[in-house]
Amino acid sequence: MSIPLDSATELLRLQAAGELSAVQITQAALDRIAATEPQISAFTHRADEAAIAAAEKIDRDRSAGLPLGPLAGIPVAVKDVLCTRDMPTTCSSKMLAGYHSPYDATVVARLRQAGAVLVGKTNMDEFAMGASTETSAMGVTGNPWDPSRTPGGSSGGAAAVVAAGNCPLSLGSDTGGSIRQPAAFCSLTGMKPTYGRVSRYGLVAFASSLDQVGPMAWTVEDAALLLQVISGFDPADSTSLDESVPNFASDVAATDVRGLRIGVLRDSLDQEGLEPEVRRAVLEAIDVYRSAGAEIVDVSLPHSHYWVPTYYVIAPCEASSNLSRYDGAHYGYRAAISDAEAAERGPLLATYCKSRDEGFGAEVKRRIMLGTYALSTGYYDAYYLKALKVRRLIRGDFDAAFAQADVLLGPVTPSAAFRLGEKTDDPLQMYLCDLFTVGANLAGIPAVSLPAGFTAEGLPLGVQLQAPPLQEARLIRAGAAFQKLTTHHAQRPTL
Amino acid sequence: MSRLDTEHQVETIIGLEVHVQLRTQTKLFCRCSTEFGAPPNTQTCPVCLGLPGALPVINEHAIELAIRTGLALNCEIPPLTKWDRKQYFYPDLPKGYQISQFDLPICADGFLEITDPADDTHTRRIPLVRAHLEEDAGKSMHDEAAGISDTRIDLNRCGTPLLEIVTQPAMRSAAEARAFLSELKLLLTHLGVSDCEMQEGSLRVDANVNLHIEADGKEIATPIVEIKNMNSFRAVERAIEYEVRRQYIDWEDTGETIEDRAKQTRGWDDAAEATFAQREKEESADYRYFPDPDLLPVRLPRERIEAAQATLGELPAATRQRLQSQYDIKAYDADVIVNQGPAMIAYFETTAETAGDGRRASAWMQQDVMRSLKESDWEIGTFPIPAIDLGRLLRKVDAGELDNARARDVFQYMLENDTDAEGAIEALGIVAVDAGEIEALCRELLEANPKVVEQVRGGKEQAIGALIGQAKKKNPNANPQQVKETCLRMIREG
Repeated sequence: MSIPLDSATELLRLQAAGELSAVQITQAALDRIAATEPQISAFTHRADEAAIAAAEKIDRDRSAGLPLGPLAGIPVAVKDVLCTRDMPTTCSSKMLAGYHSPYDATVVARLRQAGAVLVGKTNMDEFAMGASTETSAMGVTGNPWDPSRTPGGSSGGAAAVVAAGNCPLSLGSDTGGSIRQPAAFCSLTGMKPTYGRVSRYGLVAFASSLDQVGPMAWTVEDAALLLQVISGFDPADSTSLDESVPNFASDVAATDVRGLRIGVLRDSLDQEGLEPEVRRAVLEAIDVYRSAGAEIVDVSLPHSHYWVPTYYVIAPCEASSNLSRYDGAHYGYRAAISDAEAAERGPLLATYCKSRDEGFGAEVKRRIMLGTYALSTGYYDAYYLKALKVRRLIRGDFDAAFAQADVLLGPVTPSAAFRLGEKTDDPLQMYLCDLFTVGANLAGIPAVSLPAGFTAEGLPLGVQLQAPPLQEARLIRAGAAFQKLTTHHAQRPTL
Repeated sequence: MSRLDTEHQVETIIGLEVHVQLRTQTKLFCRCSTEFGAPPNTQTCPVCLGLPGALPVINEHAIELAIRTGLALNCEIPPLTKWDRKQYFYPDLPKGYQISQFDLPICADGFLEITDPADDTHTRRIPLVRAHLEEDAGKSMHDEAAGISDTRIDLNRCGTPLLEIVTQPAMRSAAEARAFLSELKLLLTHLGVSDCEMQEGSLRVDANVNLHIEADGKEIATPIVEIKNMNSFRAVERAIEYEVRRQYIDWEDTGETIEDRAKQTRGWDDAAEATFAQREKEESADYRYFPDPDLLPVRLPRERIEAAQATLGELPAATRQRLQSQYDIKAYDADVIVNQGPAMIAYFETTAETAGDGRRASAWMQQDVMRSLKESDWEIGTFPIPAIDLGRLLRKVDAGELDNARARDVFQYMLENDTDAEGAIEALGIVAVDAGEIEALCRELLEANPKVVEQVRGGKEQAIGALIGQAKKKNPNANPQQVKETCLRMIREG
């Protein structure tokens, strides 16, 4: 039988019915990975042996009648920004090439406990800084829908492996859109949960006040399954929220949207740079909801034109600090210095400078410099402090919008997946990929990207739903309803 | 105002920054042990090693200790305090930043009252700017033996909770700075918030020093120097004294004032008894402080602060006052006792209560007890004579049963033989001598020493002293005072 590597729900059912074993599923996933990797290069590390061993244990436990976790036997790939004690954790950076974390990130530990079979680590923009996975030091990842195009970023690898049918689920991280944008580019469902809903312990920090781990899958149903496992309070993360987690499965089943107030972000639809096909997809999604009985209201977020500038102050500031630890002294890349270099600056400073110069890529260095500058004496008030104030206004906008609407609907990205190399020389163009997604990070609210159709060229398009803090369930209901009414999420690339 | 040997009036200006290690079981942001002396890098985890992905979680006990300290230092404890990152590169700082507190420290303002070293009947109030919590860095060990330069890093100390206490530049002499530190140590050890061991690094002092010199009718300030690397209170005092001289001479030589030169850091070399230039502050890093996004601000509700206040108990300054009034002792004496810490205070109070005479108890504490402690290197907690036994001994002195000299013999015997006063008196064969016996003794002495009798009659009363020595020889139990009085009476009565 063919093994449905595109559906965790189906794989769970088939295992429970005794029609498939975890080892069969895992072997199929590993075979598929081996077949598609030459075209998309989505993994930074493949854990074939460990995966088979984990699957064998699941099968043994099952036959012994032991209790099994909610993801038992499901192959899952993990973005290489999450610490794993049995695989390297590189953040796709030369700085951390070969680095092994002595501990598992909380979400990774929860995956293991849930019985998930970890098949490997996925490629990403270096330290999650980028929107195309091209800043990776571990090579370029192709989009399974068109390998000459980007899968998006920074969680490009995590999107590509699901879209390529390698495994049904993956974990990404989203600081400014890094789950939602690749999901849109690959026709997946990708959710950034509420800030604090999912533990950041073991997520290598890019911008601590914005980073959040989230699920990627074909369907809302599968994404909810993974979200359920990773959500919840973690005492090891002081910013994690001590709030109960609802049972998302019931929200997947509750797909009646009658009376649901959907706020349409009109301003974003008139945004310069928004491609007509993306606009059309959003308008069609509005029609889908309207015809299903949802109430459509227009809302505006008056400070949305400040999102990107605010984001590109706060994120680099935090990044410049978070990445200070990579200094060549304790772990990671250390450059060899010549006697002349040592004599010129002293051995310590020479080691710092050269290690960081050689260990980090251009985009990471650009952001470290931006952040260092903005935090410097004399600039702090004008940049960082100002950005924090604007951030409060942005949150206020969302609060006001959610007084009128239950969820907000709009675009995820200005365009469909662009060609590899198309924007690598133009950081500003690359930053504009975050135009519609950074608001949710700045406001700390949950947001999901849903498959919403295709361009004339056959490239995936997405729409974004945003909800008030801790209302992931609302996104799941509205998202599952959309997928009941549409078939975009059921399309598969021919890879 | 201290005067150098100069025609100018010179005022020394001193401010201190004191880093105190708080006595928590575990570190400030992880649950690694803070115990001193473990093998290098054995008390570490991903958090204090600053490994990728690790996150800090605040140690509530450190907050509690900081609040207690702040309250004891008369500080304001704000309703909200937060964490900031202080950023600089150094190998013993594995995250590349130190989690500290920048603009909302846990303790603000405040003061510590010290006894004026120039006049022990006066107190001086040293105002405090702030006290904030921060994590310690690791330790770099530079090994330049055998011509190779090698630095090794021990991160055990990394993440240990520190409270940095910053004074106003309010001290005016090295002795005053030392008095401040002694009083601070007394207070903190009394509260149990820190061990304050300079040798172990649980108390570290940086001193900011400069001079205000009156010359040509104007006041001139010399450049500020921050002195580091002092490993004892004595070193602090000597380093400041040295720096005062050095700055004065430097000013005479160069005429440089505070406008001409940025703050300079100088280290103290204990062996050379000199400070030496380390680095100029002007080229030091911009720390780029910003709020740590990994930690939430800490809310400190009124009730929590009031509860902490209630646990403080009597603080040393109040104890000094109370001892003076309750036991009728002098300020200096109360100072000496209180400065020895809680165990000494308790010992004194029990002794004084039992003896029924605070002054006598105080005198014995300071002379006999403290001398014995010093000689035998004992702590008061393990002193062989229980306070109650010493009190009983002193009660006998008070009742005239023993003179001071005999009491000292008893004290010495008690010290060496683990016995109480009664046992010692018995063992030493000390018996009370009744009045009849004394009269007989005195009559015998007067008859044998007509010359002395004559001298006394001639107005030289102190000649009687010769008889007291003889009386002691004939009967060691005879009370000298009683002998003296009886002899004088008998001479008068003819």
